[in-house]
Amino acid sequence: MTEVATPGLELQAERAESRRGFLLGLPAVVYLVVFFVIPLGIVIAYSFATRTRTGRTELRDWNLEAYERLGESVVRAVAFRSLWIAVASTLICLALAYPLAYFISTRKPATRNLLLVAVMIPFWSNFLIRTYAWRVLLDSDGLFTRVAAEVGFGDGRILFTNKAVILGLVYGYLPFMVLPLYAAIERIDWSLVEGARDLYASGWAAFRRVVWPLSKPGVIAGSILVFVPSFGAYVTPAILGGNKKGLVGSYIVDQFMDARNGPLGASLSVMVLAVMLIGTLVYFRQGGRNL
Amino acid sequence: MADTITDPTGAATATSNAVQLSGVTKRFGDVVAVDDLDLSITDGEFFSLLGPSGCGKTTTLRMIAGLELPTQGSVKIHGEEMGLRPPNKRPVNTVFQSYALFPHMDVRANVGFGLEMRKVDKAERDEQIAWAIDLVEMGGMGHRKPGQLSGGQQQRVALARALVNRPEVLLLDEPLGALDLKLRQQMQTELKNLQREVGITFVYVTHDQEEAVTMSDRIGVMHEGRLLQVDTPEAIYERPTTRFVADFIGRTNFLEATVAGRDEVVLANGDRLRLSSDHADGTAVAVTVRPERLTVHGRGQAPDDQHRIDGVLESAVYLGNAIIYTISIDWMRLEVRCPATLAGHRRSAGDDVTVSFEPEHASVVVG
Repeated sequence: MTEVATPGLELQAERAESRRGFLLGLPAVVYLVVFFVIPLGIVIAYSFATRTRTGRTELRDWNLEAYERLGESVVRAVAFRSLWIAVASTLICLALAYPLAYFISTRKPATRNLLLVAVMIPFWSNFLIRTYAWRVLLDSDGLFTRVAAEVGFGDGRILFTNKAVILGLVYGYLPFMVLPLYAAIERIDWSLVEGARDLYASGWAAFRRVVWPLSKPGVIAGSILVFVPSFGAYVTPAILGGNKKGLVGSYIVDQFMDARNGPLGASLSVMVLAVMLIGTLVYFRQGGRNL
Repeated sequence: MADTITDPTGAATATSNAVQLSGVTKRFGDVVAVDDLDLSITDGEFFSLLGPSGCGKTTTLRMIAGLELPTQGSVKIHGEEMGLRPPNKRPVNTVFQSYALFPHMDVRANVGFGLEMRKVDKAERDEQIAWAIDLVEMGGMGHRKPGQLSGGQQQRVALARALVNRPEVLLLDEPLGALDLKLRQQMQTELKNLQREVGITFVYVTHDQEEAVTMSDRIGVMHEGRLLQVDTPEAIYERPTTRFVADFIGRTNFLEATVAGRDEVVLANGDRLRLSSDHADGTAVAVTVRPERLTVHGRGQAPDDQHRIDGVLESAVYLGNAIIYTISIDWMRLEVRCPATLAGHRRSAGDDVTVSFEPEHASVVVG
């Protein structure tokens, strides 16, 4: 009897287990469906919808017109400008964050925690307010501008330029680069570096051949965390870029609010999402192979 | 075949020192890890640094490798002062306790790393890698990552990765520590054979006295940062000079005694023993005798030329190949190890006995 009953019991237990798991996840699933999946569905639907002459979006006569317009030079210019600003911000963040993360992860544990808290301090105040603070600093008689002129750094009047946008993005997203890098570097077994040094590697060679490849997961995670929000950034370019030169984020907002072209705004949103998704997948794939 | 193997004692007669430590001290803050150490390791020798964990043996090894710098003192390799030289500029390689294999490189890349760093050209490198992988019997595993290897296989790769560089001195930091007993014993033999085959000086750090005794030409016993005794395994075992060394290596009995003249000590019961020592009259010492060097006789039946102590047999434990007798004498208990005899011939608890030993099997130790 028991021999027959055992597998049945096991199956029942497994089913109960998965039911419990489902129930635990349910609130978050409902939240994500209502506020993420459905809105995303609406955006995708809009991108194939028809724009009436009065600027209303009507869900009929499904077409690809909005996607065809993505090829227009204005849209392409906006997308490429966003792309290079995001790439530049990511690379600058990486260049600044790597040595810092390396420094933090090689300190004593107590010092490490203190420094990590210091990295996270900016999160304690609002992003918008901090970005406005930069506007004050970058003003023509702002502190940054005057100091730049004083130390012979050239013309420090960069407000409302791409430089100011990149500065703001780097400032805002640097912690997102530091933290994953720290986590990755901190995990590295230092006896591997000693092993490399013992096998005739100079300090630089040991870094290039051992530390760097092993910290790659952190580089990838940090780059995604900085690149993705930089590419679609809206607040920073709006405040520091003066929006004279449109970026993807503000261009999408413009389509919905001013140009009243819902389908184009939606199709551009879908393209941005697709680019980020593909980029992320490719990056992860590559990272996975190297580990 | 056997004739081609280099005779280690032949190599040891060459007078050059592979490694020479003079007055080496290493402090970490207030902690003295290594305390004024002098040591010469002969070329071609299999030398073990033996001691309990925290005795400074690994720190000593790391100072030879250049992974730590001595607070004081000098490290010379083949007569050359190492000074501030970084590890990559020293003619030594290390097999780490954790192996430290690069997880993102396959076996071949791991083994070839040192050659690559020294810019050995590709063809030569491939040849050397193949030689080293063959040497440790890892042929066919060249494209595996360390994560796909067992502990024993990783250990072999770590060994190949170091040996492929043909270092003047190979430093091994408890390389067998992570392996199970059977594999460890097998690797002990293989390591020793390998050392003979390649003729490189091995400096081997271990806390396992059996391992050290099995493999080494000479052993240095360390305790609390100091080198207590450097000698052949046999001398360390048979003629320890300190209580710590006698106790750390094998089991032993300590009979408290006092020095009375150049070649006499007085035991706690007033017995006089003819044993020479360098210590001043009145120094408190101990006479150490290994359990297997003691013989048990019926009371009064021990031969006259041996030293004799009367006692009562307290217990007998049968171990299969031996019997351990615990014998209570006036002021302490002695442990005696005898070859096992059949049940009828065994002594039993309560028997009046005499324990005897040859004077040359006893040593005077201090500390």
